[in-house]
Amino acid sequence: MTVITKQDVNPTAHLTPEDIEQLGVELDAIRQDILDARGEKDAAYIRKVVDVQRRLELGSRAVLLVSVFPPAWIAGTVGLSIAKILENMEIGHNVMHGQWDWMRDPKIHSTTWEWDNASTAEGWKHSHNEVHHTYTNIVGKDNDLGYGIMRVDEDQRWAPFHLGQPLWNFINACFFEYGIAAYDLELGKNLSTPKEKRSEKFKSDARKTLAKIRKQATKDYVVHPALGLPTGSVLPILAANFTANLVRNVWSHSVIMCGHFPEGVETFERKSIPENETRGQWYLRQMLGSANISGSKLMHLMTGNLSHQIEHHLFPDLPSSRYAEIAPRVEQLFEKYGLNYHQAPLPQQVASAWHRVVRLSLPNGWLATTTPKNLPQQLKLLYGMSTGGPKIRRAAQARLVQLEKRQKAVAAEAKAA
Amino acid sequence: MTSTALPRVATLAGPAGPTWRQRIRSVAEAAVTPLDLDDVLDVFAPLRGGAPLRGRVVSVSAETEQSSTLVIKPGKDWAGHVPGQYLRVGVEVDGVRLWRTYSLTHGPRPDGCISITVKAIPDGVVSNHLVRRVRAGQMLHLGQAEGDFVLGDPMPGKLLLVTAGSGITPVIGMLRNLYSKAATPALDIVLLHSALSRSEVIFGDELRDYAARGLIRLVELHTDVDGLLDVADLDDIVPDLAERATFACGPVGLLDALEDHHGSRGLPLHIERFRTELLAAGDADQTNVLTFSSGTTLEADGSTPILDAAENAGVLMPSGCRMGVCFGCVLPLREGVVRDLRNGEITTAAPGDGVAIQTCISAAAGPCHIDH
Repeated sequence: MTVITKQDVNPTAHLTPEDIEQLGVELDAIRQDILDARGEKDAAYIRKVVDVQRRLELGSRAVLLVSVFPPAWIAGTVGLSIAKILENMEIGHNVMHGQWDWMRDPKIHSTTWEWDNASTAEGWKHSHNEVHHTYTNIVGKDNDLGYGIMRVDEDQRWAPFHLGQPLWNFINACFFEYGIAAYDLELGKNLSTPKEKRSEKFKSDARKTLAKIRKQATKDYVVHPALGLPTGSVLPILAANFTANLVRNVWSHSVIMCGHFPEGVETFERKSIPENETRGQWYLRQMLGSANISGSKLMHLMTGNLSHQIEHHLFPDLPSSRYAEIAPRVEQLFEKYGLNYHQAPLPQQVASAWHRVVRLSLPNGWLATTTPKNLPQQLKLLYGMSTGGPKIRRAAQARLVQLEKRQKAVAAEAKAA
Repeated sequence: MTSTALPRVATLAGPAGPTWRQRIRSVAEAAVTPLDLDDVLDVFAPLRGGAPLRGRVVSVSAETEQSSTLVIKPGKDWAGHVPGQYLRVGVEVDGVRLWRTYSLTHGPRPDGCISITVKAIPDGVVSNHLVRRVRAGQMLHLGQAEGDFVLGDPMPGKLLLVTAGSGITPVIGMLRNLYSKAATPALDIVLLHSALSRSEVIFGDELRDYAARGLIRLVELHTDVDGLLDVADLDDIVPDLAERATFACGPVGLLDALEDHHGSRGLPLHIERFRTELLAAGDADQTNVLTFSSGTTLEADGSTPILDAAENAGVLMPSGCRMGVCFGCVLPLREGVVRDLRNGEITTAAPGDGVAIQTCISAAAGPCHIDH
């Protein structure tokens, strides 16, 4: 999918400015309804989740102290994985969004929560809350579109290293908490700046991140395993922590990919966004730039309700426990305004997201114009593009796109005939 | 995570290095990071020493139609109190933690519990919740005992206690403490209490019992029959007024009148004011004074976001999306009134309430003080 302004049919073309403002009014009304209803039950919910998560984590770590026995290892690792997932997704991500600030509880507050992850809350809040949620899916502004290591939109220029992006994506998934830490620090950009020119803020943030990583690693790979000395469970505990972190990384990475990468989720051109985007326009961009996952209540909980990505992007500050409730009303608005409510089961969304990653690892039009017959020439072209330098890449890319267009036109004519 | 526990006695390592206790604590902290050890222990022992001060409600018993006494078991760090003092109580109402102050209605009790007696005021969010909805077993947040409305040591020999309505609460604490001891102190106490009606006198039976036993002289005024207390009548009711130390607790009008009356005659007066005035929101074009803890002061009207007003005055402010979505501009509002520019919602804050606001979508609706 390319940005909506370059598509044959812009999915928002049928909406007038008044329509968009009216959409904003109707969405604001949904938000106000929840604000009015929010109260005791919501507070009880998050306290319960926090309590269950803490008991689960402590219990799992305790069980792991005898993990030299395989059943204990399995139970403890499963429990610890679930605990880490709950803490990061349903609790940490949502608390840091300010969803629970209204309770005035200093212990469950966006300004004080530090999450169980290699990245700092401060770094996450900046890159996620401030940048991603404000510039959602704007190519060139929302770095979540590929995290700087992949291209996920035709309008992101292809470079040879993208050929490896399925592999980078997989590695990122396995070590996602470190990927997030590096991403929050804008590590690529800052490390390629000469040392003397690096900003004080980067140096300070990097120090804080290293401190966080040190504390997390000490807990999982030194202190906890050491407590297993009496039972001979040192290595099993270490393996358990590594596994639990891996499980959390892969699961959260998959869920996050589903949020904006499935095929059909729209992206936006920087210059098509007005200087002062209105509330209605911002809502519309959030609606089209997000995708939901359908499934059971358990799935919703384990994804931290990011399965309701659309509702989350419309109302990032409403309690996550309310997204399921407003989803039917939101979907109705999509219908009313003739927009596509992107929702599918988990396996489908994950597959679709990976499909995009694989497809766009190749230059635009390459896959579409390659047949078994011309494969050798296409491969030669690809080699040339990879080694030939930017000018050759651009020229070859343009030709591929043209070929693809012509191919499509011929096929359309044949169909009409 | 920040902890709101009492400041601990310094746990610096001694000359011989860290103690075993400190070592174990370090290991425990390293094992639960990024949680504070307190957060973990709170799951099991919320009333332990070193935790933020809390109390478990032991019982809730009705005093009158409108008032109830809550007996509370405080956490281990409760430092005790002198009768007449009050404490801040934090209670979650509809999910939001709200703070109010209440007088302690028992002198130090043998069972170590404390008590407050709450009168449900019309439209009172917290008072109605405490009187009607709180159950035994629930947890409250507490502050340590505060206030100087105490009889003092040595106690004055002749006392005049003037109370009205819920103003009886600090005084009942004093009286219970005096008359629950083995030896009855030789004091001359006149208690002048005004309530809306006889049935609305909180602790009515107990007070009349003290009077019947000759421990105090009780003068009850019921507004429905006797009208409001007029300070000018005091000399008739209490002829030896000038020989007594006066302690008064009640509505603003009564206390102000007493201050004038006693002040003009140079008589000793101790008063306890219950803060009941609610901050009211002004309208959109009212200019308000914004003060910052850094010392900066500026003016802003009710339709300009505080973020913009402050930046225009040269203050460096945290910010993010500038549209209320990212919570990157949140700052503590120590006290004041603000209006959410998106939906008009008013938020008021008093010191200790723990209110934080998003400055990009909040405008001042009254004088505000921001911690920044």
